[in-house]
Amino acid sequence: MKLMKKLLMVLALLPALSLASEGGYPLDHAPDRSRQMSSLQNGARLFVNYCLNCHAASLVRYNRLRDIGLSEPQIRDNLLFTSDKVGDLMKTAMNEKDAKAWFGAVPPDLSVLVRAKSSSAGSGADYVYTYLRTYYQDDSRATGWNNLVYPNVGMPHVLWELQGVRKAKFVEEKDPHEAGKMVHRFAGFQQVTPGKLSQYEFDSQVGDLVAFMDWMSEPVKSKRQAIGFWVLLLLAFLVLLTWRLNASFWREVK
Amino acid sequence: MAFHETKLPEDAPVAQKALSWVDDRFPLTKLWNDQWGKYYAPKNFNVFYLFGSLAALVLVIQIVTGIFLVMNYKPDANLAFASVEYIMREVPWGWLVRYMHSTGASAFFIIVYLHMTRALLYGSYRKPRELIWLFGVGIFLCLMAEAFFGYLLPWGQMSYWGAQVIVNLFGAIPFIGPDLSLWIRGDYVVSDATLNRFFAFHVIAIPLVLLGLVVAHLIALHEVGSNNPDGVEVKENLGPDGHGVDTIPSHPYYTTKDIFGVACFLFIFSAVVFYAPEFGGYFLEYNNFIPADPLKTPAHIAPVWYFTPFYSILRATTSQFMYALIIGVLAYGALIMTKTQLPSRQKQAAMGIAVVTAILMLVFDAKFWGVVLMGVSVLIIALMPWIDHSPAKSIRYRPDWHKWVYIVFGISFLILGYLGVQAPTDGRTLVAQICTIIYFGFFLLMPWWSKMGEFKPVPTRVSFKPH
Repeated sequence: MKLMKKLLMVLALLPALSLASEGGYPLDHAPDRSRQMSSLQNGARLFVNYCLNCHAASLVRYNRLRDIGLSEPQIRDNLLFTSDKVGDLMKTAMNEKDAKAWFGAVPPDLSVLVRAKSSSAGSGADYVYTYLRTYYQDDSRATGWNNLVYPNVGMPHVLWELQGVRKAKFVEEKDPHEAGKMVHRFAGFQQVTPGKLSQYEFDSQVGDLVAFMDWMSEPVKSKRQAIGFWVLLLLAFLVLLTWRLNASFWREVK
Repeated sequence: MAFHETKLPEDAPVAQKALSWVDDRFPLTKLWNDQWGKYYAPKNFNVFYLFGSLAALVLVIQIVTGIFLVMNYKPDANLAFASVEYIMREVPWGWLVRYMHSTGASAFFIIVYLHMTRALLYGSYRKPRELIWLFGVGIFLCLMAEAFFGYLLPWGQMSYWGAQVIVNLFGAIPFIGPDLSLWIRGDYVVSDATLNRFFAFHVIAIPLVLLGLVVAHLIALHEVGSNNPDGVEVKENLGPDGHGVDTIPSHPYYTTKDIFGVACFLFIFSAVVFYAPEFGGYFLEYNNFIPADPLKTPAHIAPVWYFTPFYSILRATTSQFMYALIIGVLAYGALIMTKTQLPSRQKQAAMGIAVVTAILMLVFDAKFWGVVLMGVSVLIIALMPWIDHSPAKSIRYRPDWHKWVYIVFGISFLILGYLGVQAPTDGRTLVAQICTIIYFGFFLLMPWWSKMGEFKPVPTRVSFKPH
């Protein structure tokens, strides 16, 4: 019996053992602002104001933000809410017990979230960019909010003041893959109350926030790519040199 | 016998005196000459012959970067994930060391697969090189173990659930399975205990065995001499100096060639390390950037690419496929009965084994046989020296249709690898089953097909065009 149970457990896991096809809402392309310091800094401000209350980025130190052009005094004066030392990690003020009670789950640490969300559907930045812009009002949810990219998400629409309240229109359609079944297809948003920002401005702000989160997931990325150029140049030279060296030795082999 | 100190003239260079002092006490010069300096190798090596030295290079990269990673890594379920990111963010050049190690793992498998392809094409496993091949198979097994144990260490979701799934496979073994997987994990689920023992295996146990096998692989190779793309035994044509007329000393000719290969490899390797370390989710799986969570099974658990051909064979073994396998086993028994010149007692034993296997296939379920097939699919390559009966070693002098056999086998292997990362559908499972049959058919029928057809005359000298 115990053997059977184990086998069933393994068998139940088997279908999960592969990449299922990526259904779901198509992802928008996040703007690439990885080299625009002002965008990254604005993203950091948004991140600290809107995200860090509930989420931690506990693998990132505040003073790492010097890499995106901020000085330590600037970091201390503008971004330091959850701690008092610039050398501290970006921990959240919320404790896990409260989080579980309020949202049903501890909000995930966001340090490397963008890297984790990459898939064949798009980059992790595309995912977060689309996710943050596809919230809609849904009274059937405990938070009052729902999301197209992450249906029935536990997180409320934190940026709602900026975007305004929107409802989603759905139409019932016949499932093209299964006869006799109906599917719920998204057919556009309907603005209920206006936000502080126009849609264009809102998208741009989210773009900055995502650019920051993308930077945060691998702060060394731009340095890595810059060094890579010189490494490859050196190695190309080495390839050339060793090729000729080898040829000169082999010329005498008859 | 009294110890004899070599006397050098007073004015001999210090380095020469030092070397002489050492040589009197340890065969340093002799080792160098036997293993490389005066190791005469065929002069007609092609690009396939670079992968041996490249594998050695990657082994060194893995060991050196591994040592530096261990200095900052914490094998603790609560700390492991963060310690890897600590290496990526706070340890000076830690990101480079870590990316070299993760890219090195995949590079190792690419190189080893190419190295094995070379052996298959030119019959490098044939007599007298059987032991080189067996040591090589041992190295391949160690490499798989090393990759499997190492993959748990970052303690991401894929690490965790990949290990969970693979360890659970042992649970499918009748009678002892559940206890065996419990014993491997050291807990009822993959946990801190598992992480610690996998760490021990990854950094100490397997590398020790691996290094020993690599040394044995090289000693055996330099004892019997290298094969070559023509499959000609170069030792059968000796020149006045006692070396093969078609051979050249490895140093400097293959030293420079291997260094050129190293430069080319490092260029490609660095391009990946600096510009695409995740390699589209194949070298570093995206899901592994989420810390391991024993309560959340990911929607997709896929093994890393280098395991997927064998993993596909596991998945292809469905209960319907078992009937095909039973027929296959019985037919193979009948083939041995009728188409071999073995003594009748051995024939009867083979048929007996086939019948017993077929009965056991009806008794135990497909899940167990999937695990068996996966294991056998890896181990079966060890038989190569004894199942290849072709009169010519090299593919160059085999019948043309043999090339197609190899091509079909190679494509089946690649398809199995591809299907291993895809979600199974009925159609894909059928394709995987066909490829599984081709995979095993290639090896099991080799004693017959390898000697069929019109062989071309094998020359006595290697074909070589001066550069």
